[in-house]
Amino acid sequence: MKRTSAAALLTAPLLLFLLLSFVAPIGAFLWRAASDSEVAPVLPRTVAVLAAWDGAAVPGEDAFAALVADLREARARDRETGAGSIPRAAARLNADRPGFRGLLPMTARRAEAAFDGPARDAVLAISDEWNQAETWGAIRRAGGPLSSFHVLTALDLRQDATGAIRAAPEDQSVFRAVLLRSLWISLLVTAACLALGWPLAWLIATAGGRASTLLLGAVMLPFWISLVVRTAAWMVLLQREGVVNVALRGAGLIESPLPLMMNRFAVVLAMVHILLPFMVLPLVATFRALDPRLPRAAASLGAAPWRAFLRITLPLSLPGVGAGCLLVFIQALGFYVTPALLGGPNDQMLAWFVGFYATRSVNWGLAAALSLMLLVAVGLCVALYGRLAGFRRPGAA
Amino acid sequence: MGRAVLWAAGVLVALFLLAPIVAIVPLSFSAGSFLFYPLPGLSLRWYQDFFGSDFWLPALWNSLGIGAAAAALATVLGTPAAFGLWRAKGAFRAVAMGVVLAPMVVPVIVVAVALLLAFGPLGLVATHTGLVVAHAALGAPFVVVTVLASLEGFDPVQLRAAAACGAGPLRAFFRVCLPQIAPGVAAGAVFAFATSLDEVVVALFVAGPAQRTLPRQMFSGLNDQISLTTTAAAAMLVAFSVLLLLAVSWLQSRSRRRASG
Repeated sequence: MKRTSAAALLTAPLLLFLLLSFVAPIGAFLWRAASDSEVAPVLPRTVAVLAAWDGAAVPGEDAFAALVADLREARARDRETGAGSIPRAAARLNADRPGFRGLLPMTARRAEAAFDGPARDAVLAISDEWNQAETWGAIRRAGGPLSSFHVLTALDLRQDATGAIRAAPEDQSVFRAVLLRSLWISLLVTAACLALGWPLAWLIATAGGRASTLLLGAVMLPFWISLVVRTAAWMVLLQREGVVNVALRGAGLIESPLPLMMNRFAVVLAMVHILLPFMVLPLVATFRALDPRLPRAAASLGAAPWRAFLRITLPLSLPGVGAGCLLVFIQALGFYVTPALLGGPNDQMLAWFVGFYATRSVNWGLAAALSLMLLVAVGLCVALYGRLAGFRRPGAA
Repeated sequence: MGRAVLWAAGVLVALFLLAPIVAIVPLSFSAGSFLFYPLPGLSLRWYQDFFGSDFWLPALWNSLGIGAAAAALATVLGTPAAFGLWRAKGAFRAVAMGVVLAPMVVPVIVVAVALLLAFGPLGLVATHTGLVVAHAALGAPFVVVTVLASLEGFDPVQLRAAAACGAGPLRAFFRVCLPQIAPGVAAGAVFAFATSLDEVVVALFVAGPAQRTLPRQMFSGLNDQISLTTTAAAAMLVAFSVLLLLAVSWLQSRSRRRASG
């Protein structure tokens, strides 16, 4: 008991530090995928009225009256404090239904003037948009405090005003394609790493002596060199007036420069280069741990070399191979820098979209939902890795 | 025959790993201003440019300063934690290990964006402190893993012997354990430093113009026309990496010798 508590005490500072600098920030960020807090403070009455609405047709006068009252109050508050809550709510609603960014401030501005008669007529006179059920549906979906909107968007799904979930319109369905593209690039990179890494790892494990050390050095050196430097090196090699194109032209092999960059080929090539050590090192460890007597025993029992390989070497090295593949795959999934620098618009992976929605379009909810998707994929791989390689001996890089 | 094919394949792959680096370093010594061979002549003009520039030199100092601070923080927190994890057992160990190793597997873009969001209200965006904290969190797992590995070679009976001689647990750790695992701790610190020196995504999102590190500065230089000063910066980062690699191999061989001797 005493021993355990002393151990806990020693780990406490680091755990506390990671809790504050890592776990809590990520938790708070991911929470944004499920929470929706921009619209409710601006339109509290409208959200309350819409809670009882069935979504089949445009809601009645009470909803319009609530909207006018809410917007007048919010506008007065914004003017007083300069908080800009209406534009923020409008931005959130615009993510659901394009056009809201202009519609909400405009309605707020024009609804401020006093009018006679029902609010419905006055609001409909401002914009015909308010005569559509989906406009009100967007407000209800954003009413919070929790919503599935961002997660559904990240899966290319939509909820309509009645609450039914269906596929998003064709022109807005991008994220499933992005997820599939990320998985596909990662898979391609993993396969290439395995194909290239296997012979090199086998050689390092079996050559012995100086050759083994030199080859291992060739793996370790790039492993230690900054990812940006290695990506830059590929840019220098592959660009239009780069080393490869100029050399090929100098040799008379090509007339005009080949388009080697800003495409899938460059992304995969550089990623394979960057991640290959993560495949080779676990493979070397696995091959070194193999008992060399076993294939020899198989041979002495009359097995052909290919048969000894298939029946002895391959099954014994499979856990290490699996671990190396997962290690590469996990890291490939989260790649940001290399596709951003070497890829075209159609080669960007999930990470790029997380960064895009977080900073350039300030849609934290969607960025969080996409991060959640990325983390789920990584989490599944880590769990698989744990079953395959075990967590007892985390491989020291 | 099969062996020859294997050798050919293995050597080709090794060349593939080395070629881009070997290709970029000589360009930084070019006397011309083109990014291809043959070089028109050799000169140090791009290094002069680097050391005379208003943004490359501060970026170098930022990288070294932030890396050193982050490595120090990660080592101070990580070494006792590794010792604690080594002594711990059961569910606590599993959970603590999960938390400590998480920064190694969580995609760094998620960390960067989450920290941007969390640092905003705290006033840590675009500060050195913010970047040091972030890099320390990313480097700490490497310290823990490296120190844990060197603790494998440490016989815990010595701690009991120290206790029998009247040393408290703290004294026993500092006088008996720490001197023996020191190479491992130093290797962990080097890993943490290298992690910070490599890191670009968090720096991209959380750092401001005053915290631009070398990789961050390179990243922005890569978006448009690549200058040869960028290749000089790259060559210097390569030199750093080689130094760090040599430092770690030396420390690990010492640590291994201690473990076996």
